[in-house]
Amino acid sequence: MIWESWSAFWAMGGRGFFVWGSYGALLIAILAELIVLRGARKKALESVDEFPR
Amino acid sequence: MARTEQQSNDRFQGRWFWRYASPAAFYPVAGRIEKIGWFLAITLAIIGLYIGFFRAPTDAQQGEVYRVIYIHVPAAWMAMIIYLAMAFWSATGLVLGTRLSFMMSHALAPTGAIMAVIALWTGALWGRPTWGTYWVWDARLTSTLILFFLYVGYMALAASFDDKKKGDRASALIALVGAVNVPIIYFSVNWWNTLHQGSSVRPGSSSMASIMLTAMLIMTFAFWAYCVAAAMHRLRTQIIERESGAQWVKELVK
Repeated sequence: MIWESWSAFWAMGGRGFFVWGSYGALLIAILAELIVLRGARKKALESVDEFPR
Repeated sequence: MARTEQQSNDRFQGRWFWRYASPAAFYPVAGRIEKIGWFLAITLAIIGLYIGFFRAPTDAQQGEVYRVIYIHVPAAWMAMIIYLAMAFWSATGLVLGTRLSFMMSHALAPTGAIMAVIALWTGALWGRPTWGTYWVWDARLTSTLILFFLYVGYMALAASFDDKKKGDRASALIALVGAVNVPIIYFSVNWWNTLHQGSSVRPGSSSMASIMLTAMLIMTFAFWAYCVAAAMHRLRTQIIERESGAQWVKELVK
């Protein structure tokens, strides 16, 4: 462990805002993409159902 | 008679490219690639972040904020690589007229745009404590912003046509013309005097500590696997949409 404590880890040497602001944005972007992907798949499958056989 | 049929069948099967150029044939393959992609993305991200945050030391000049590099550089690389992949599939679609090639290109675009946003956002947050500013109109940053607008333009154009074939061809042109921007981004730090630092990683020689470089490369592969998985998922959705009249798709939803 290179960090003295967990609070030192989260503080990131006083640069926590910039480091976690970056990683947080990535996490939000990935989650948003996954939600959109799932929604689009559901919509596509539903539209196949409605298609006249 | 039976023999010649067998022979021509063999010949047809031997041309794997053409066989998998059919959306119906590629659908299950894309599903397998997607699963492998999610698995690799999660595994590599755990390993890469562990090394990056718990093994790699503090940077002598920048302190801890440098740890943004583990997502900033992979995102920037993927934004460029995905654009080149999009240009490649667009060119393939235009030359060979294969529907699946255009779909592949469309499937890549949103993920590429997200990567460009992440590269710009993390770059801004990294720039503030190291350069004293979130944004500067230098060559590297400006050309990356243009890359983002190219992605947006590509998606907007593809969606603006009622006739999907026209949309495929028109957007493919943006993908091809815009590809010129990718080498401009890559070489911008050499061609112009930029605030953005030069490349730390070059084929054959790198100026980073090896443990930091290891973590960054593992994260790059994690990003790569994520992008492949997301694109394959989107591709399968598109195949369902575009082939919704086909019998095999109907079997799928039963």
